[in-house]
Amino acid sequence: MEALIAATIGLLTAGGIYLMLRARTFPVILGLTLLSYAVNVFIFVSGRLAVNLPAIIDKTATGYTDPLPQALVLTAIVISFGMTAVIVLMALGAWLTTGHDRVDLEDGQ
Amino acid sequence: MLSHWIIAPVVLPAVLAPLIVLAFRRDLTLQRVFSTAGTIALLVLALSLLVSSAKGPELYRLGDWPAPFGIVLMLDRLSALMLTLTAGLALVVQLYTIGTGWDARGKHFHALLQFQLMGLNGAFLTADAFNLFVFFEVLLIASYALMIHGAGGDRLRAGVQYVAFNLLGSSLFLIALALLYSVTGTLNMADLAVRIATIPEGDIALIRVGAVLLMLVFAIKGALVPLQFWLPGTYANAPGPVAALFAIMTKVGAYATIRIGTLVFPPDVAATGTLIADLLFWGALATLVVGAVGVLGATTLPRLAAFAAIASMGTLFLGVSSFTTQGITAALYYMIHSTLAGAALFLIADLIRTRQGAQGMAGKGVLACLYFAAAIALAGMPPLSGFLGKLMVMQVWSQHAALVWSVILASSFLMILGLARMGSNLFWKGPEDVTSALPQPVALTGIFALVAGLVALTVFAGPVTAWLQTTAETAIDPAAYIAANDLPIMEAK
Repeated sequence: MEALIAATIGLLTAGGIYLMLRARTFPVILGLTLLSYAVNVFIFVSGRLAVNLPAIIDKTATGYTDPLPQALVLTAIVISFGMTAVIVLMALGAWLTTGHDRVDLEDGQ
Repeated sequence: MLSHWIIAPVVLPAVLAPLIVLAFRRDLTLQRVFSTAGTIALLVLALSLLVSSAKGPELYRLGDWPAPFGIVLMLDRLSALMLTLTAGLALVVQLYTIGTGWDARGKHFHALLQFQLMGLNGAFLTADAFNLFVFFEVLLIASYALMIHGAGGDRLRAGVQYVAFNLLGSSLFLIALALLYSVTGTLNMADLAVRIATIPEGDIALIRVGAVLLMLVFAIKGALVPLQFWLPGTYANAPGPVAALFAIMTKVGAYATIRIGTLVFPPDVAATGTLIADLLFWGALATLVVGAVGVLGATTLPRLAAFAAIASMGTLFLGVSSFTTQGITAALYYMIHSTLAGAALFLIADLIRTRQGAQGMAGKGVLACLYFAAAIALAGMPPLSGFLGKLMVMQVWSQHAALVWSVILASSFLMILGLARMGSNLFWKGPEDVTSALPQPVALTGIFALVAGLVALTVFAGPVTAWLQTTAETAIDPAAYIAANDLPIMEAK
């Protein structure tokens, strides 16, 4: 199980960074989204993987999984949601104003 | 009751900003009044917290949950210093913005400024690593919106680059936090310090990776080479007063480095040792060189000011990377100096840009004098505080004088050349003074206040340095900070 999740995180990160390096606004935003998926799964995994264990106190529970990473992931998801909205609108504004979607600035700008 | 005043610097702007957006959306005058009143209140708060922080670190439990189970804020001398610096700079920027009418060029400037202050104050006060991440995001998102204030193609494009860069940095921050949590099981800074000091052998590799990733994030914020590429484009294209406000944003990176590097990963911890100090040292030297060369090569004043900001971060990090009391003192003194000087230069650049017409520059005399003062301060020439700051940093590294002193002195020389050339291009070429019209008085007051601050920093260097030395001592020896957290003693499992 750990190998599968580690491979997933690695693939998502690789895809995200590849897309970001394309330096056009839409791939960059998608790349950042993929990267945030990878990071969120990574945070979740930092509480160790446990199958079928509850996070909240339960009378019938035999053990518990770590609830704090789940709260951290929620915070991270919400924050990156807001940030994605901001960058999408900024990219749209930049495209409408300048007519192209290159992310890199020209030399000396 | 002092204890609840600790959270006031975070709560006051957080309440004021929505009020400005909801109630005063169409009335610029009311926005200005309430926002300025709020910033003045923040300055008064920060000064009173500064006075009371001399007693020792003070804890504030959010929701009265004990550390490390709940999030805590800590007021100590370093936090109070940063709060005061932020509030003072924000007031000056606000006066400048109101005086020149920058806030009328877009919507919601004042609300965004208050949110930015909320993020900055929270980042300086928090004692929890994940809470630090959250406040970083608050201040970053406010800065994204402030940066594109006034719109324009170049500004929006530079804004997209800035946002993308920082989103990547935020992902790195989360990875680092997850790593540290997975090994230690806690996110409270003092608890991290206690647990990392006694980490078992098998977890050292993960701790080292987490530490370096964390420092990378602060290096992105603090524009340390090789992560400084976002700064010139962003600062040169941001509105002038916003670029001046951003002078404190790079200092957040320096503050976080000092806080984490002395509390959680000090050089005597077995897991990381001098790893962070070494990386910071070489990064700082490279940053200083890159900044100085950039100052010499800049063709416009805003870009020159941006590279001067990079160079001053290099000197700052040089002081920090020694992780001794003397080094942190020098770094803190230089931090105050470079915030004031960098902000002054950005405001002057904005004034020059607005007053330069086809017939020449209006009010050249006053602007030239202000530019002269800011240039002397930034280049590190006597008699202003830049000279004293660089001298202190040089004294810290007197062991490695051959390398460090030559880099500092050569970069200062390059900066003097660049600043002098820019000054002569701006003021000695072109037609004579068109009108003697002075710039807007309120705006000028702000810039004069910054220059007066620099002069005061020089004149009162003795008492300031003595106070900063005590601050540095409390940072280097964080026993009082850790004790104030009141961590429970866990039995070994």
